[in-house]
Order: sequence, then C-alpha cells, then structure tokens
Amino acid sequence: MKHLLSTADLSKDDAILLLDTAAQMAATQSREIKKLPTLRGRTVVNLFFEDSTRTRISFETAAKRLSADVINFSAKGSSVSKGESLKDTALTLHAMGADAVVVRHHASGAPHMLANAGWLDAAVLNAGDGMHQHPTQALLDAFTIRRHLVGERSGADPVGADLAGLRVAIVGDVLHSRVARSNVHLLHTLGAEVTLVAPPTLLPVGVESWPSRVSYHLDETLEQWQPDAVMMLRVQRERMSGGAGAFFPSPQEYSRTFGLNARRLALAPDHALVMHPGPMNRGLEISADAADHARSVIVEQVANGVAVRMAALYLLLAGGDDSERNTQ
Amino acid sequence: MSTTYILRGVRPLGGDPVDVVLADGVISEITAAGEATVPDASHGVTAPGEATVPDGDVVVLDARASDGSGLVLLPGLVDLHTHLREPGREDAETVWSGTRAAAAGGFTAVHAMANTTPVADTAGVVEQVRRLGEEAGWADVHPVGAVTVGLAGERLAELGAMADSAARVRVFSDDGRCVHDPILMRRALEYVKAFDGVVAQHAQEPRLTEGAQMNEGVVSGEIGLTGWPAVAEEAIIARDVLLAEHVGSRLHVCHLSTARSVEIIRWAKSRGVNVTAEVTPHHLILTDELARDYDPVFKVNPPLRTAEDVEAVRQGLADGTIDIVATDHAPHPVEDKDCEWSAAAFGMTGLETALSVVQATMVDTGRLTWADVARVLSTAPARIGRIDDRQGRPLAAGEPANLVLVDPAAHRMIDGSAQVTASANTPFRGMELPGRVVATFLRGRATVLDGVPVDALEGAAR
Ligand SMILES: [Zn+2]
Repeated sequence: MKHLLSTADLSKDDAILLLDTAAQMAATQSREIKKLPTLRGRTVVNLFFEDSTRTRISFETAAKRLSADVINFSAKGSSVSKGESLKDTALTLHAMGADAVVVRHHASGAPHMLANAGWLDAAVLNAGDGMHQHPTQALLDAFTIRRHLVGERSGADPVGADLAGLRVAIVGDVLHSRVARSNVHLLHTLGAEVTLVAPPTLLPVGVESWPSRVSYHLDETLEQWQPDAVMMLRVQRERMSGGAGAFFPSPQEYSRTFGLNARRLALAPDHALVMHPGPMNRGLEISADAADHARSVIVEQVANGVAVRMAALYLLLAGGDDSERNTQ
Repeated sequence: MSTTYILRGVRPLGGDPVDVVLADGVISEITAAGEATVPDASHGVTAPGEATVPDGDVVVLDARASDGSGLVLLPGLVDLHTHLREPGREDAETVWSGTRAAAAGGFTAVHAMANTTPVADTAGVVEQVRRLGEEAGWADVHPVGAVTVGLAGERLAELGAMADSAARVRVFSDDGRCVHDPILMRRALEYVKAFDGVVAQHAQEPRLTEGAQMNEGVVSGEIGLTGWPAVAEEAIIARDVLLAEHVGSRLHVCHLSTARSVEIIRWAKSRGVNVTAEVTPHHLILTDELARDYDPVFKVNPPLRTAEDVEAVRQGLADGTIDIVATDHAPHPVEDKDCEWSAAAFGMTGLETALSVVQATMVDTGRLTWADVARVLSTAPARIGRIDDRQGRPLAAGEPANLVLVDPAAHRMIDGSAQVTASANTPFRGMELPGRVVATFLRGRATVLDGVPVDALEGAAR
C-alpha cells in the first residue's frame, strides 16, 4: 500500500493485514508505556480542510504513539475555496518533507488528487472526502465487529479472520455518507452481507449496483433479516431544511421511522451490536436508551479508531514486507 | 491583388477528384482533375511541409492525403456554440486566439456565446465582439445575444436592438444558464419571430441540478459527487418543444446529451415542431466513467453521460434527429482545472478536435458520409444561425471560397499544450484521433496551410 484512499481499493488480504496489525497495536495500548518508537523521525501532517476535532485527535494520537512528528495544518478558515490552494498546500507540504499526509476535505476526490497529481510524494491517508470515502472509519468498524462477533463468539483470537456470514444493517443518510460507502465496500470484501436501510430520498441513484441489499423499512429489516450489527448514520440537520428540497418531512417522522431505540433493538438478535460513527444526534437517529445500551459499542469504536489509524500509518510508512505492498 | 489558389485533385464532399480554383474570394472554377490551367505567374507546386505564406499571384496546392488519395474538400465549418471569453476572461481566450483555433479546426465562422463579462446583452457588446472578430480575420464571428439581462433569467434583454445592430444577431441564448421561467421562455420564443431569430436553450432545470457535479448515475453514487440527472435536461426540452409548438416559434436545443432528449426531439419533429438540436463532439465519444479519477478535465456541463446515451446521440445524429454538431468550446486557464473536482470550472476545448471526433465516431463507423459531415458541421448550423447566404454554401463555381481541406487518412496524438487555443483543457489529450485539417480558406484567403495558422508559417509577417 502506498496510499489509503478508498476501501474499494483494498484487497481482502490488505484489509485483514490492517485489522491484524490494529489488533497488535491495540495490545500495546493496554501497556503502561503506550508509545512505540516505530515512526521516530517521520513527519505526519494532519491536513484538515473541514472541522473534525474527533478524527484529527484520533490520527494525532495514533501518530504520536508511534513517535512520529505531527504537524496540524488546519486549512479551514483560510481562503481555500479555490482548488489552487490545495495544490499550493501540497507543494508546501512536499517542501517540508512530509512523509504522510492525513487529509480531510469537503470535496470528494481531493485525497485522490493529492496522491496522484504529482504535487507531492508523501503517503496520503484519506480521513474523509466529501460524500466519497472515510476508509479508517470503515476499518475501525470492521475491527470492532470482528473483535466482538468473531473473537468473542468463537472464543479464539480473531487474527486472520474475515467477517464471512455476518449481517450488518447500515441505517440512515446513505446518499451523503462517506461512512456508508466505505463500509459497503469493506464489509463486502470481508465477506459480510450488508443491508442499507433508508428512506428512498436518502439513497443514491444507482445504489442497486452496490454489493448490498436495500430496504426502506427498519423494523422489517431488524425483525426479518436479523442483523448482527446495526450501524446508525448521522443525519445532518441541513437535510431537513431547504423547504421543497428537504429529504424528509420532519425530524419526528424520521425518528419514528428510522430512529433506533430500545424497543426496535429488541427486534434484532440478542447479540446484535449498536454502532454509530459519531457525533450522534441523540433523539433523532438514535435514542439514549439505544446509544447507552449494553450492546452499544459506540465508545469502544472511538478507542479502536486509534489502533486502526496506528496500523494504517505503520503499514504505509514502515511498510512491513515489500512483498505485501500493492501499488495503489 | 489576392492570391489565386489552385487545389489539385481534391475530393469535394469525399467524391471524385477535381481541381478547384479560388480567386477573388470565390470558387472561380471547378474542372476535371489535372485540368485547371496554371497561369505563368505561378509560384509552383507546394508539397506538405513546404508551404510558405503566399505573397500574391498564384499558388498551386497539390497536397495529398496520407494514403495518397486526394484531400477531402468541405465547406468551411460553422460552429453554433463557441465560448470566446472576450470581453472579460482574456486569460482563458480572446476573440483572436479563439478564432485562430477555430481556423485550425477548419471553421470559417463561429457563433460567440453571450456569457462574457460584461454579458453580450446589448447592441454595444455584440458590436464590440463582432468588430474584434473582423480585426482578427481568422473566421467570421457572429455574436450570440443574451436572452435575458445579465443572463439573470428575470427580464428580456433588448433582443431587437441586438438584431438590428451591426452584428445582426439572430441566435439568442443564456447559455451556461437555462431560461427556466416558462413565461419568460415563451415571451422570448415569440419575440424573436419578428426578426427570424432563434432561442438556443441550455436545457437545465436549476432546482434539479443544485450543486450538480456530474451525471447522476452509478458512477456519481459510487464516487460521491452530486448528480446532474438526465431528467433535468429532458424536462426542459419537453416543455420547450411544447411551447415552441404552441406559439409557432423556432427553437434550438443546445448540447443535447441524453437518450431521452433524443427521443423527445424525434417526437417533436414528427409533430412538425420547428426545433433543431445539437450535440457536442465530447458527448459523441466520452462517458461519465472518466470521472472516476476525479480529473476535472472531464468536468463539463451538461455532464458526460453513459455509454447508452452516447449510442443514442450517435444514432440521433445519424438519422437526422440531431441537426448539427457544435463544439461548446469552453477554454479555461490551468488554475481553473488543476484542482479538486468540485472547485473546478465546467467545460472543455473543442474547436481543434471536433472534426476528428466526428470522423472517428460517425464517418469511420460508416454512419455518416463526408457530405453528411458538411451538413452537420456547416450547412445546417449556417442555416440555423441565418448566415447561410455567406457560409455553409454549396461547393460550386461562384460561391464564396469558405472551405476546408481535410486529410482523413492522417492520425494525430492530441496534446493540450500544443493546441492553438489559449487554453489546454482538452479531454482528448493523449488520445490518437483520425483526420487532420490541412488548409482552411476564408473568402479565398488561406487562414491555415499545412495544418498551421498562416501567421505561424515561415515568412509570415505579423
Ligand atoms: Zn451550455
């Protein structure tokens, strides 16, 4: 791997290697001294064109625990409406000798441009681009699912395991969600089945070509399809505004139809996990009794995010075995 | 005294070889091949690569196509849809550079779109553009007038003043924007009847395309770019053909790009609606799959569609449902394309590649003859623009010598930085395309010889 841009580019072997490496990283994080010397002398730049304190801190923590030098480069607020700024920023980072650039951008494809336009030769990690991809989120979700549903269920260490046979429902604003796109590809690659649950207005045209099922009914999906994990997507407030262009009639109707609560959760199997990439809109897509339920792994997802990002940085920069690299 | 050209063994509309003599701005004589008389004052025979700027008297052009046969002679091409960018965006193109590119592409007339700064919505601006074209001298420039003041879609611009001006505007368009208000569109269609004008509609329902970046479909869904649905084009076209029928007006549909748009035009024509339609070269050959790498050189409005749509517009052009090919030549400076997709400008250059793309998709596939090419790229657009008294004329003695000589057997690799236009944003860069413009004549004067603008030839004085 040279870059981590999209889960669609990940082979099954790459994906499992990332998850296994994340498991090793997670193991080091229960030690008293969490810091590893692996990336000493390497420079990781967090390039955030969009606010996301959570994701930035997660990447920053991951890089620091691997002893990398971290530079936070917040482009939000500066005059970066025009694309030349992306190019100029890239040239600047190149001149600074960045080894890896973690990029969050509101424009789909911006990390792809950074990786392929010839502006810099650092490894590029996509930390979320527009409506396109957020691969480390999908990896941490897969890591969390594997740990609970493969590891605990079999009683064995899940190293090397995929997610074959597991069922995951992804619920909510699929249309605008990079988390959904990343998860659909990765879960499919790892052998899981996916059902997307959303009102038709929040599903993209062409979704029938995705490696997933589609349902407009959450209750029916929970009861009849019996998912092993229910992944709730954040619904942004702006989707309800815009008058005639609003994607659904009201927050109340959305919540009644697609919100997860304890009553609905009871329709799913007893072992089903409750997941959410955060930040949550409590009372809209998820109620407190679901978010704080014993089966909720939402807080653990955050912790696993650090381990997964350590694994991604490690594999891109320290590389392991060259034979295991694929060229992206 | 102007130069007399004797074109040896050329093939009018791809037919049998003849000699064609150009003198005093017109085709003075067409004889059997090898029979045109060469006066004594001749400068002799020029072969490919040897042309120099003629300095009077007589030039015999005996160039051959790459396969040894005669060059194809067509009436000079007429573009109904060119963005020359001047006034306002001279960093992208000027009337001079754009018409020079037009000549290199075989065009002898272009219609300059109105979305300049200031907008071409008054007699003053259209006359300025017209004058810049005359001064440049590369091709006739026919300004398109804006339908509404400032392209704002709120009230009619002074269409009559532009029609009566020295620019004699006959084509009106808010291109870049759609005249979406139905009552405004109706009024425009009715109003231009008084001077035999036509409204050229950029069909794009604005509410269905807010923030749109590319064709809405499988690819947009996967790569996460906001979709531009086909129905946003089709709904406007359907409404407009019904309006045109109702008020008995002439409608032209710009850059039609979807299969159902072709069906709607076909249906309207079967009802006798006075509608004409155009397709761009890029919609004849490229698809939305090209967006997958997020290279903004493929970002254009209307967007590249699917393979089924490409087949449908080819079929529509072949069966005459689509009347013309127009370039929608849209030059942009590097910084407007060297960025992330959603920040990039819409549009691609097209003047220098149009004929090659039409040859590749329609002629080499057997769907159009060279006579058909002359129709869709010259005579029909000239008629729609009401300049058919000067352009798009038959290849006959006494007609104005607006001509292009094409080597259909040549192949060339497209290179954006080597284009004549001031911008480099060609989606065909790195592609090998068939056909090469060897020479272009504007009223008997060579604007292009040996494939390059005459001022770039040895001996050119500028
Ligand atoms: Zn247009």
